[in-house]
Order: sequence, then C-alpha cells, then structure tokens
Amino acid sequence: MRRIISVLMENAPGALSRIMGVFSQRGYNVDSLCVAPTSDESLSRLTIITQADNKVTEQITKQVNKLIDVLRVAELTDSAHVERELMLIKVATRTEIARAEVKRNVDIFRARILDVTSQHYTIEVTGTSDKLTAFSDVMAQSAEITESARTGVCGLSRGDRALRP
Amino acid sequence: MRMMSGAAMVVEALKDVGVTHLFGYPGGAVLDIYDALFAQDAVKHVLVRHEQAAAHMADGYARATGKTGTVLVTSGPGATNTLTGIATAYMDSIPMVVLSGQVPSMHIGEDAFQETDMVGCSRPIVKHSFLVKKATDIPMAIAKAYYIANTGRPGPVVVDLPKDIVNVQDSHPYVFPSDVSMRSYNPTLKGHNKQIKKAVASLLKAKRPVLYVGGGAITSEASGVLTILAEILKAPVCSTLMGLGAFSSTHEQFIGMLGMHGTLEANKTMHNSDCILALGARFDDRVTNNVDKFCPHADIIHVDIDPASISKTVNAHIPVVGSVKTVIDQILEQLEAQDLTQQEEKLSDWWEQISEWRARKCLKYSQGDTVIKPQKVIEAVYEHTKGDAYISSDVGQHQMFAALYYPFAKPRRWINSGGLGTMGFGLPAAMGVQFAHPEACSVVITGDGSIQMNIQELSTCLQYNLPIKIISLNNRALGMVRQWQDMIYKGRHSHSYMDSMPDFVKLAEAYGHVGIKVDTLDQLDDAMARCFAEKERLVFMDIAVDQNEHVYPMQIKYGAMDDMRLSKTERT
Repeated sequence: MRRIISVLMENAPGALSRIMGVFSQRGYNVDSLCVAPTSDESLSRLTIITQADNKVTEQITKQVNKLIDVLRVAELTDSAHVERELMLIKVATRTEIARAEVKRNVDIFRARILDVTSQHYTIEVTGTSDKLTAFSDVMAQSAEITESARTGVCGLSRGDRALRP
Repeated sequence: MRMMSGAAMVVEALKDVGVTHLFGYPGGAVLDIYDALFAQDAVKHVLVRHEQAAAHMADGYARATGKTGTVLVTSGPGATNTLTGIATAYMDSIPMVVLSGQVPSMHIGEDAFQETDMVGCSRPIVKHSFLVKKATDIPMAIAKAYYIANTGRPGPVVVDLPKDIVNVQDSHPYVFPSDVSMRSYNPTLKGHNKQIKKAVASLLKAKRPVLYVGGGAITSEASGVLTILAEILKAPVCSTLMGLGAFSSTHEQFIGMLGMHGTLEANKTMHNSDCILALGARFDDRVTNNVDKFCPHADIIHVDIDPASISKTVNAHIPVVGSVKTVIDQILEQLEAQDLTQQEEKLSDWWEQISEWRARKCLKYSQGDTVIKPQKVIEAVYEHTKGDAYISSDVGQHQMFAALYYPFAKPRRWINSGGLGTMGFGLPAAMGVQFAHPEACSVVITGDGSIQMNIQELSTCLQYNLPIKIISLNNRALGMVRQWQDMIYKGRHSHSYMDSMPDFVKLAEAYGHVGIKVDTLDQLDDAMARCFAEKERLVFMDIAVDQNEHVYPMQIKYGAMDDMRLSKTERT
C-alpha cells in the first residue's frame, strides 16, 4: 500500500543520509523523496513515498523517529491530507498541429508553458502524482518527450493537525 | 575564559564529562590530541595492540560499570579497525564514545593519506555521530556525544575530529556546556499510566505468568525492584543471554535462560504462559524460534525504552514505552493497593507444572573419567571463583556453556557479545572490566578459535599488569560451527578444525604470563586452584575438552519455543 511519510528534522549535514540509511539498511523502499528547509530555516521537511503494509509502516515511522536528528514523523495517508508534486517536462514538436495539441492539453491540465523555442516547449505542471503521469502520457501522444523532472510528492495534513517542533 | 588548543579542548572536555579511562592507539591524525594527553594524568590512556580491541575494552568497561567507555583512534585504518567493536556495542546497546582522527578539513574528500569517511562507514552501527567542523564546537560535540551515548537506549557515538581543528599551535576559548538538551532527542523514561494499569490488570488475572528479562533490566539498574516485583507476583523469571544476572540465577524463582540454547523449563514456561511480562528484551530470533508459533496463549506486555523494539518481531498486546526500572516502580506502586495474599496459591498449579519440567534436568551431562567435558570446566570455574567473578566470554560453544553453567547472582558480571556474536571480544572485554575493577577477579571464558582473534592483547595485559584469568576450552575445532555441521550437514566438517594449533602455554609465557595446560580430568581441580591463587599475574589455562560435545538444550529450527533437542538423541 502506498504511504506518505512526513518527517520534520534538523537542517543539519548528514541528517538526510541517516534517514535514507534506515530505508536501505532495513530494506524499505523509496518511491519518491522530497526535501527542503521549512519556514524555520533550522528545520527541514522531508516527504517520502513508500510501499508498505501497516506493520512495516509502523516500523518505518518508529525507526526514523529514533534518529537523533529527527523531531517528528507522521504518516499522512491514514488521515485527510493534501499532496502535490511538480513536474517540468520538455517536449519536441515538429508540426503546427502538434504544437496546438500540446498547447490545448496544457490548458486542460492547468499546466504552464515556461519556455518556448521553435522546436520545444518546456512545461510546468503541478498536481497529484497520478495527474502528472496522465499529463506525461498525453504529451507522449502528440509530441516527443525530450526530458522530464519530477520533484517527488510533498504533503500536509488537512485542518489543524501539523508537524511542529 | 580559558584559552587552549583544539587538542587540549578534547582532553579537557573528556575530564569534564568524567572520563577516567581512554582506550586507544596513536597515529598521524591524532598526534596533537596525544600530545595534549601527555601533559596530564586525569585521563588514563591504555595503549592497545589493535584498535578493534580498544573498542571491546571500552565496551567491557561500560558493561561492568554502566559508565560510557571511550576510544581514541587515528583516521583511516585506525578508525575502520574499530567498526567491529562499534557494531558489537550497537547491537547490545552499550554506551561508548569513539573519538576518531580525520584528515585536515581542507583535504576531506581528496582521498588523502589515511582518509576514510568514518561518519559514513559507521552510520548504520552508531546511535549518532558528529563530524566536528570548528575547534570551538569540540566541547559541545563531546558533551552531546556522552549524553546521547548513555541516555535512552544507550549506544555508540562517533566523534570525528579533523586534524586542523585540534592543532596544538592554535588557541580558542574553552567553554564546557552546562546544558546539552536537544529538541530532537527526549527519551521517554516513564510508562504511560493507562498502559501500566492494563499491565497490572493482566498480571493479576494471569494464572500462568512469566517474567522475561533482557539486557534493559541491567542497563536501567532494575535488579532490586525486579526482585521485589518477582517475589510479590510469585512468578517464574527467565532471562535472555543479555539479561543474565539482572535477576539472581540462584533465586528459586529463576528458571534459566530462554531461547535457542535456553533451558527446557524456561522455554516450556514461556510457551505455555498466559501472560508474559517482557522487561527490556527484544524478542529476537535467538529467543522466539518461529514467531508464528511463538507463545500462542500469552498476553504480551512489552516494556522497552525504545519504541522501535516494541512489536518489531512479535506483536505486543500491552506496549509500555519506558525505562525498565521506572516502569517496574510504577507497577509496584499500583500493586500496593492490591490484595496479593492469594497469589502463591493461585500459581501453585503453574509451579507444579514448572517443577515437572525442571525435574527433567535438561542441563545434565555425563562426565567420564578422563576426557574433560566443557560443562565441567565452567562448573569448576564457578567453584573456584565462588560465583563472584566477572565472566567475559567470547563467542561459540563455550559462551553458551558459560551462560548455562555459571549462575550469575549479580548484574554486570556476565560480559558477552550477545547480538553481534563477535569472536575476539572476550579478552579485551575482560581487560576493560579489570581496568574498571582492579581488585576484582576478571575471567575470560574462551575457545581455541576465539582467543586467536585478539590474542595480541596479551601484550597489553603485560604492560598494565592485568591479572586476568583466561580459561580456554580447547577442542581443536570451531565448536559451534562443528556442532551445526554435525547436526545439519551430516558431519561434513568443512573448514571448522585447526590442525596447526600453537602451544598456548609457550605463547602465554612468551608474552610474559603464566600458562597451564590441562589434558585430563584428574589435573583440572589442582590446575584451577593454581590459576586462581595467582593474584598478580595473568594465567592462561589451555584446557583440552571433548571435541564431540554439543551444546544442549537446543531449539529445533522453525519450531515453537519449546520444540527442543535435549541431547544428541533426546527431543522434547
């Protein structure tokens, strides 16, 4: 089962490698990973997508929580939450028809074109992982995908629940 | 404010955290620190012969005292040589701080001479680690290292010190932190009251309770309250390999070690229990056997300071996060209001059943006239030390024989590598014990395989006049490997025997010690008496024991806890 594990940790050298170490040492898998400092620069927020049953999820949260640099760990998927991922995708278009098709799909998916050259569009799209995959599939039908980069999912609980230090 | 070099700060901070012994080996990256050590005598430095042994010595020192053991090594090979020792301490939750030298900051990452990423290498086997970047950070890093190592679930901490920040030519202000509290690290000591109440209710309801005691009872110094609790509840007590001594092995309620080589009565009691109170134990595979068949009738109350240990392998019905000692105190408080006068009567059927299991005398063995049985040697050591020695063990058959045949009446007397199973641990650990308790009798139970994994420390023993007693059960083979080959691989002894054994008596003498060889049973008692009468010198007892002896009882793989072999022919 897909899980979103959210971690609040010290923004310190080596902290990320310790968390990733727990995943590799104990054989947990990582589908995606998203990390950046929070509004409080001394802290980082990390969001990990993993596949795990309840028992393994409990172990992941406990083992990660045990690390000295980690302040809080929460599993977002067991309650109401919002999640978003950002993708940058560059497509090559050879014909006017293809260019129009790309442009129309950008509108449908509420994506944004960031850069245009005679042969390429670079597009930004935000949403759930499924939406990004769907957009990528649609692009592949009308254009050639030159390259793409995804940030990995980040998420927050809904309402007043929060990971605070 | 005092001004000093980074190197002097390291030594000063060690003094400020109360370090008395430092086990180490000098080298390029730590020469400045060694220079700072030269000028003082508050911290006693012990020069080892191999850095792995330094870590085991610090470990033995920590196990015997509860204080944090300290290691100082140079960068590169000095640091990597400690890894086995660090992993050993990590698996058994032993407080240790390893100070490792590092190449100068500006050369880190350049594959400089004797450079290793020590923080990276040790990451999976430490509780935490620090790469110190500035000299002024040294006092705080060291203070935090000791705080982390010896609070919560203890463990090893690495402090990596680049050479440029400890330069003896520089001068920085030294301030030792008065407080090391960390927002991300606050171990829970006290159990949740609601959980304590549930635990007490379950214990009082139980008709077949058992206390399953692990190393956490020793770490939290819970022996006193544990004995009170056991006596109030009238419940049988079994112990893991790591917990031996937390509850006296000579107490009538003690039913022995449990697990793979546990006693029949301990494993039967566990399997048939309706309420297991696990105290600082972690249900590891050497205890549970097949977890699917583990103790099917029991409500499991699991007390552990590490939440990650709870329900990791076996699901706990009543989890209690907290220090064993504090939680037992809380349980005792709750029990005060209860009427426990019927407890003995309530458990009389249970004890009758346990007596039947005990009556099968699972530890019996037959000692012939000439060839010495290994069990006999352990019993002889017990007699000659009056049960009052610190016993450090290596890993193998002799370790299990020692655990089963030397009853430990006090905590911190049984020093062994339980989790990692590190051969070569025994001798250096016993040395750490001897440094901690110079007047005590420090004994190593070892075998001809294990002792050769750190035998170079005989030289260190001479340098510091450590009158350790080495009891080597020499069966000319790697006994435990051989046992498994006998049992599982149809007796094909693939690379488990040694046909070029050194003359251990001459070897001991070459290192300046006393060596005694014992070949037959009639020599054993006198030789033991000679050995333990020698108070000033190290004695190496090379005792020829029966090569074909197996350790029993032994759980049968994939079975329940109580599916066991009791001898080569007998099963439960």
